[in-house]
Amino acid sequence: MKPSRERRLGLLFISPFLIGFTVFTIYPVIASLYYSFCDYDVLSPPQFVGLANFREMASDDRFAKGLWNTVVFTVFAVPVTMVTALVLAFLLNMKLRGQALYRTIFFLPSIVPIIASSVLWLWLLNSDYGLINASLRPIMSWLNSAFGLHLEPPGWLTDPDYAKPALIMMAAWGVGGNMILYLAALGDVPQQLYEAAELDGAGAWERARHVTLPMISPVLFFTLVMGLIGSFQYFAQPLVMWPGGAPGDSALFYALYLFQNAFLYLRMGYASAQAWLLFIVIVATTLLVFRSTRRFVYYAGEGA
Amino acid sequence: MNTVPRWRRIAGHVVLIALSFVFVMPFAWLVTTSLQPDTERSQLVPALIPGPKSFGDAAEQATGKHLVYQPTLVQYEKGLTRVPVLMFFRNTLLVCVLTVLGTILSSSLVAYGFSILKWRGRDVVFFVMLATMMLPGQVTMVPVFTIWRKLGAVDTYVPLVLPAFLGNSFFIFLFRQFFLTVPRELIEAARMDGASEFRIWARIVMPLSVPAIATVGLFSFLGAWNDFLQPLIYLADQTKYTLSLGLAMFRTQYGSEYGQMMAVATLMVVPIIILFFFAQKTFIQGIKTSGLKG
Repeated sequence: MKPSRERRLGLLFISPFLIGFTVFTIYPVIASLYYSFCDYDVLSPPQFVGLANFREMASDDRFAKGLWNTVVFTVFAVPVTMVTALVLAFLLNMKLRGQALYRTIFFLPSIVPIIASSVLWLWLLNSDYGLINASLRPIMSWLNSAFGLHLEPPGWLTDPDYAKPALIMMAAWGVGGNMILYLAALGDVPQQLYEAAELDGAGAWERARHVTLPMISPVLFFTLVMGLIGSFQYFAQPLVMWPGGAPGDSALFYALYLFQNAFLYLRMGYASAQAWLLFIVIVATTLLVFRSTRRFVYYAGEGA
Repeated sequence: MNTVPRWRRIAGHVVLIALSFVFVMPFAWLVTTSLQPDTERSQLVPALIPGPKSFGDAAEQATGKHLVYQPTLVQYEKGLTRVPVLMFFRNTLLVCVLTVLGTILSSSLVAYGFSILKWRGRDVVFFVMLATMMLPGQVTMVPVFTIWRKLGAVDTYVPLVLPAFLGNSFFIFLFRQFFLTVPRELIEAARMDGASEFRIWARIVMPLSVPAIATVGLFSFLGAWNDFLQPLIYLADQTKYTLSLGLAMFRTQYGSEYGQMMAVATLMVVPIIILFFFAQKTFIQGIKTSGLKG
């Protein structure tokens, strides 16, 4: 086949992508950059306002609240979910009898639709009738009588201090995907490395620390980056669980406030400005993680 | 050969069983709530085990009999009359089927152009495609909405379905990786016989890529089934709602009717779980492939 003909064919085959990419990526990226310097309510044409949207962010209390909640959520949820997934993967990697059943049980929550799991957790977390407090109540009353304490099961959905812990717990329930990745990575660690370490007198802890973790570090790194990106964009669960907003805006997240600005208050320009800041934050965080973990991530075949 | 010592195996089982219990409980609670009339939940300890009717009086509470309940479908009856769940179900299926068809068709054609065909600039375009997967959806959300609004497509399924026919970066990537494993000789031989590229795609490459088609089909179905943001932005008329929107609406309007809410949620979760048991290998394989990008 002549190169020019093969190129024409190539472009023909990828033409759906080229059309989609132009209409749904290139144009929107340019347009949203422009909107971020505008007042835009969709109904009338955008009005250029310079940096007003960005200046407003600096003085908007709800924006600050959303940003803060997102940072707090990320700082706890990302490590908690990674460690949970890693612990489950280590346990499954012992290859005990019934491994397939255990794996299914841990994996299933991760494919439950977000809306269904949010509604389910709403009910689990109900402070009067929910399963979580029903389980805590007898434990706490025993502790109270044994040690003279005054513990009460928390109002997960009504107490501003407990909204984020509740959401983190929910996130830990859905770590099945990461667990599968870790499990696959653990299975790929060459057995000879463990044997060599054991000959050198390394105990279980040292083998995990100096053999297992370095060998699976590329996957850990990948899930860390994806976890951070996902966490910055977290919004559906709180939107469903608190349709009118959580008490004290304790579950107002960055992407949720952005969504409210766009489609509830019809402040598309302000929302676009927030989207661009989010994009910059995501890129910066990814680069930062890349640079700061380079020392810790080991790629086999790179010659260490 | 299993070299794990016996005491550690036993400890492992104990921990795994305890954790399994924690992970399964929410599901048990979901189903069990959906199968009970409201009155039986007035007691503070939840009933978890289906069985003959209990009354939950003091004597029974002492014997633990209050943990037993009589299953009933009354919450399903109430939930289904309150909200047209079956209609939402049909709508969701329509969106899912179209999305799956569109994704498989377009993503595989595009992947063919990125793998089997060789042309200058191909890998640059492919790299740009991969790089833009990092772009958060929030950046394009507003302009994409204004496009659909200008086209008068808001409150139709077009914004949910049409983009699937224009390829999806991740699924294109997945198909491409698979197509690269198709033996070159087969393609060259077909070309010698005068087969067109389209014919090679349809008759040689696609039939050899059934596992990739299954993975893409499964995950695009799951994505459409679970999607909440797109329907939320684009659908206004309740008769067009998908299940996820319907359930969110149920939450907003009848948020205290937990039994019915769990019944509707169960109807949304069960198909996914059935799907998982039929396509377990494809699920696990697909997740591993998503990690290969890293």
